[in-house]
Amino acid sequence: METSIGLLVAAPLLGAAVLLCGGRRLDRVGHWVGTALAAASFVLAAVLFADMLGREADERSLHQHVFSWIPVGGFQADVAFQLDQLSMTFVLLITGVGTLIHVYSIGYMEHDERRRRFFGYLNLFLAAMLLLVLADNYLLLYAGWEGVGLASYLLIGFWQHKPSAATAAKKAFIVNRVGDIGLSIAIMIMFSTFGTFAFGPVLDSVGETGEGTATAIGLMLLLAACGKSAQVPLQSWLGDAMEGPTPVSALIHAATMVTAGVYLIVRSGAIFEAAPTAQTAVVTVGAITLLFGAIVGCAKDDIKKALAGSTMSQIGYMVLAAGLGPIGYVFAIMHLVTHGFFKAGLFLGAGSVMHGMNDEVDMRRYGGLRKYMPITFVTFGLGYLAIIGFPGLSGFFSKDKIIEAAFARGGTEGWILGGAALLGAAITAFYMTRVMLMTFFGEERWRNAPAPSPERPDVEPVAQGGGEYEVPRPHESPRSMTVPMIVLAFGSVFAGGLFSWGDAFVNWLAPVTTFEHGHPPISAATVTAATVVALLLGVGLAWLQYGRKPVPVVAPRGSLLTRAARRDLLQDDFNHVVLVKPGEYLTRGLVYLDHTVVDGVVNGTAAAVGGLSGRARRLQNGYARSYAVSMFGGAAILIAATLLMRAV
Amino acid sequence: MSTTTEIVLRAQETIPAPDIEYGQLAPVLIVIGAAVVGILFEAFLPRRARYVAQTLLSGLALASAFAAVVGLAVAGNASTEAGLVAMGALAVDGPTLFLQGVILLVSLVSLFTFAERRLDPRAHGRHVDSFAAEGAAVPGGESEKAAVKAGFTTTEVYPLLLFAVGGMLVFPAANDLLTLFVALEVFSLPLYVLCALARRKRLLSQEAALKYFLLGAFSSAFLLFGIALLYGYAGTVKYAGIAEVVADTNSGVTEALAATTGNDALLLTGGALLLAGLLFKVGAVPFHMWTPDVYQGAPTPVTGFMAAATKVAAFGALLRLLYVVLPGLTWDWRPVMWGVAIASMAAGAVIAVTQTDVKRLLAYSSIAHAGFILAGVIAATPAGISSVLFYLGAYSFVTVGAFAVVTLVRDAGGEATHLSKWAGLGRRSPLVAAVFAVFLLAFAGIPLTSGFTGKFAVFKAAAEGGAGALVVVGVVASAVAAFFYIRVIVLMFFSDPRPGGPSVAVPSPLTSTAIAIGVLVTLVLGVAPQYFLDLASQAGVFVR
Repeated sequence: METSIGLLVAAPLLGAAVLLCGGRRLDRVGHWVGTALAAASFVLAAVLFADMLGREADERSLHQHVFSWIPVGGFQADVAFQLDQLSMTFVLLITGVGTLIHVYSIGYMEHDERRRRFFGYLNLFLAAMLLLVLADNYLLLYAGWEGVGLASYLLIGFWQHKPSAATAAKKAFIVNRVGDIGLSIAIMIMFSTFGTFAFGPVLDSVGETGEGTATAIGLMLLLAACGKSAQVPLQSWLGDAMEGPTPVSALIHAATMVTAGVYLIVRSGAIFEAAPTAQTAVVTVGAITLLFGAIVGCAKDDIKKALAGSTMSQIGYMVLAAGLGPIGYVFAIMHLVTHGFFKAGLFLGAGSVMHGMNDEVDMRRYGGLRKYMPITFVTFGLGYLAIIGFPGLSGFFSKDKIIEAAFARGGTEGWILGGAALLGAAITAFYMTRVMLMTFFGEERWRNAPAPSPERPDVEPVAQGGGEYEVPRPHESPRSMTVPMIVLAFGSVFAGGLFSWGDAFVNWLAPVTTFEHGHPPISAATVTAATVVALLLGVGLAWLQYGRKPVPVVAPRGSLLTRAARRDLLQDDFNHVVLVKPGEYLTRGLVYLDHTVVDGVVNGTAAAVGGLSGRARRLQNGYARSYAVSMFGGAAILIAATLLMRAV
Repeated sequence: MSTTTEIVLRAQETIPAPDIEYGQLAPVLIVIGAAVVGILFEAFLPRRARYVAQTLLSGLALASAFAAVVGLAVAGNASTEAGLVAMGALAVDGPTLFLQGVILLVSLVSLFTFAERRLDPRAHGRHVDSFAAEGAAVPGGESEKAAVKAGFTTTEVYPLLLFAVGGMLVFPAANDLLTLFVALEVFSLPLYVLCALARRKRLLSQEAALKYFLLGAFSSAFLLFGIALLYGYAGTVKYAGIAEVVADTNSGVTEALAATTGNDALLLTGGALLLAGLLFKVGAVPFHMWTPDVYQGAPTPVTGFMAAATKVAAFGALLRLLYVVLPGLTWDWRPVMWGVAIASMAAGAVIAVTQTDVKRLLAYSSIAHAGFILAGVIAATPAGISSVLFYLGAYSFVTVGAFAVVTLVRDAGGEATHLSKWAGLGRRSPLVAAVFAVFLLAFAGIPLTSGFTGKFAVFKAAAEGGAGALVVVGVVASAVAAFFYIRVIVLMFFSDPRPGGPSVAVPSPLTSTAIAIGVLVTLVLGVAPQYFLDLASQAGVFVR
């Protein structure tokens, strides 16, 4: 069984290689090849899962050493895989959701002439993501980490002919770079402290190195997680990343890649436990982000950007849980998996709506769509109920546990975190209800051409090619798109309940991540009741604003907070003022320095070499006699020098 | 019992028949034998049949000689079974077999470029190669026109090539000074003739050959004089014998002779002259002046062969001389060689900056590379030997490949070697330009090419051998050199093509194979060099 772990990565990697190098000959079968290899990886994962279940809890971890990548003296970088319960969870999520989204993309990308390339990139992403979660050391994890970053860049910018997509891809890449530097510094500190990258030795001995080192590593890992998982302060790229095709948003920017930061924190749990300061930083980041994302989600009229704000917020929950230590790890991962189902389902639903609406993304130009796309409506609706934490559905179980755990942190901190999480749940209910009402209920606002709206600079003009407004004819999407949505809807409904049945998920992960029961200062039932009240409050408010009154086609000016939230709470303005401007001045100064000082030296040297060269080549005059003289002189000098050496 | 004594007595009276180890000598014998057969072909085969017969014979000879080298290496002659053969005239050991293998492979690749007949436009309906229709005809004269019209080609180049290769195989193996000299002449004389045989620009070619011959003869005189002085010093021409006298442990000579030997002035002067002769062959400053002129004038396939194989053979001989004959004099020759290495690196790199002809540019680059290799030689450690062996192997394939590319870029006057004509080549012929760029990057020593691995190895060996300052100069010279290599790349890819510029000829599979092998070796030795580094370090022990 050990030897087949590598195949999990190899199958999609092969797909990427074949599809990207294969050329146009594969255009007609490319998407089938890509989907088949993703499915193969999923089947293999299922087999490994079955095998793993057949073993005792403490014998479930498998290792495969593939080869020594860079064996130089004390520097031992191995390509080795580790498949334990935590990796297994991710592998199943990645390959399962990944395969569904491959299937969905067959329909969604049907009319794109670069479909083969798209599937190649998707396969590349799967390979890199699997490498990330299967690595048994930080260096190999870093390789996967960079790999998913690359795939994400390529896929966000897949429609690179749109300047907005190309810019979004660059933005994602650059912001992620900041996080990646954190990871690389963390790895360097690990190597200089422990002399190895492997999870086992590093995590076992981190407790003995002193808190300072652990804090440094922890904060750097947190920086990395912030970049990849779009947490404050490195969150700004996720909204723009929605420029990518919708299946990409579903797979990479909702279900899998953006959760890599949570994986990293949970995997490195021992480091954070040894560094309370870093742990506090993690929960702070999580709490701030979960509110930040939720507020942004309330103000967006672009359906995908609203969902992106929601993703940010939900990952904030996971990071918060991961920062709580053993009382939260399991729930962080559980929420990650349930979120993988319902958020991917919601995105696919959004894609299906766009598919039927001439690629319109502005929810103010939707309305009353439930009649026209019933399957999308039902699956999206189930995802909606799951994400707001409707009792009995997936999101309820996982989110409720996180809120409980946040209260269980204890002290003032516990109250603040728990309160934030509770408030987040209310806001989640509000913005998701808003999305639901604006899209599927109310009057059919898409029937009339919209007025130009100078008030909404943040919302892209519709992709109608600048021509006359064309009234869309909403219709249900093809089977290849609806089937994955239905499958994911099942996950949205049942996964949470299944996981909580007899604490199945806790028992499954506890051997890897460790688990303790948290004891909140108020009873668990009270917390649950409060969550439900918050939920009802959010839904009710949304109903008052968007259900009872007609939704204006042109967004009203709104309050100061609304306007700020539409601009992503001014995050880009903040980055522009705090980072971009000073950076510009710095580079200008450096350029000046470069021109005057460095170039002066360089050009001076070049001129000197050139001049010398011009003089020296004159010795090469073409006459054999002068060559002979030079040889004679050379030999004389040689002899003289040799004799002189002996003399001294 | 008495018969045995009688035989012993008789044997002392007559000259003993030498023992010849035909097995160990097989590579040399095969090549020289094939050269002799080639001469017979020239004499007896009809003109039409010669091209095919000669190319097949040469290819077969080089390939089977290489097989023999591999066989010897596998049989342990490179390590445990290493020893002296032919009455001590030749040493068959690790460095010998490694360098012979490299020389044979490079020659085989060169042979492909020699045999190329698709590049030149047809002369009166016949395919012609890069060599003169009739070497003896006066350039531009009536007899030349007649020879061209008759479709003559100089198929003598193949036996000449084989003779040169034969000499080169012996050169690094030579274990006494006379064999060294004979081998030098055996490979030099055919090269002089080959240089004179260009089909286009014949006057330039003949001038190059004459210069090469005159200066070569001059340097041979230095070498011979050095041999005489060393004989005067040691009373023997055998490497081991000289080394013993140097180390003052001579046991084999008589008392009378011992009294006349051991004059250090003879030793130092002779050693220096010997070095001068060998440094001429590797093209190190100040014995480098012939290089640009000859590289430019010679037919390009010959230039490629000469630049690669001669350098390998000459550095092999130099290594053996310094490590076997003169190890006791390390402190005497090292400072001098330091100077030569620094001068070669600096002069080669600096003068190349203002060159405008591709072949001259590559010539100066080869001078700079001679300096880099000398840095490894100076290390005077086993790592130094193996790094030089590796560098030679890597460098020779890059060189042959680069000159093979030069043969492809042509205009109405034959090869277009002026750099201005290469402007924009990357747009017209991306593949050819990309291949040439790979070779240039290898010359410049950019990672993932063999040039980087080789340079890293010699500089590392030099630094460990206590020549840190030399490494600094080497790195600075590399930086200067990188300028003109990259300038060519910029010229090819980022300049607009000129109207009426050269076109890239479509070669036959022969040249394509040669270039492909060059690229392959360059990349393999750059990406996964470990096996070859190990091979070179196993081969890096001289037998004494």
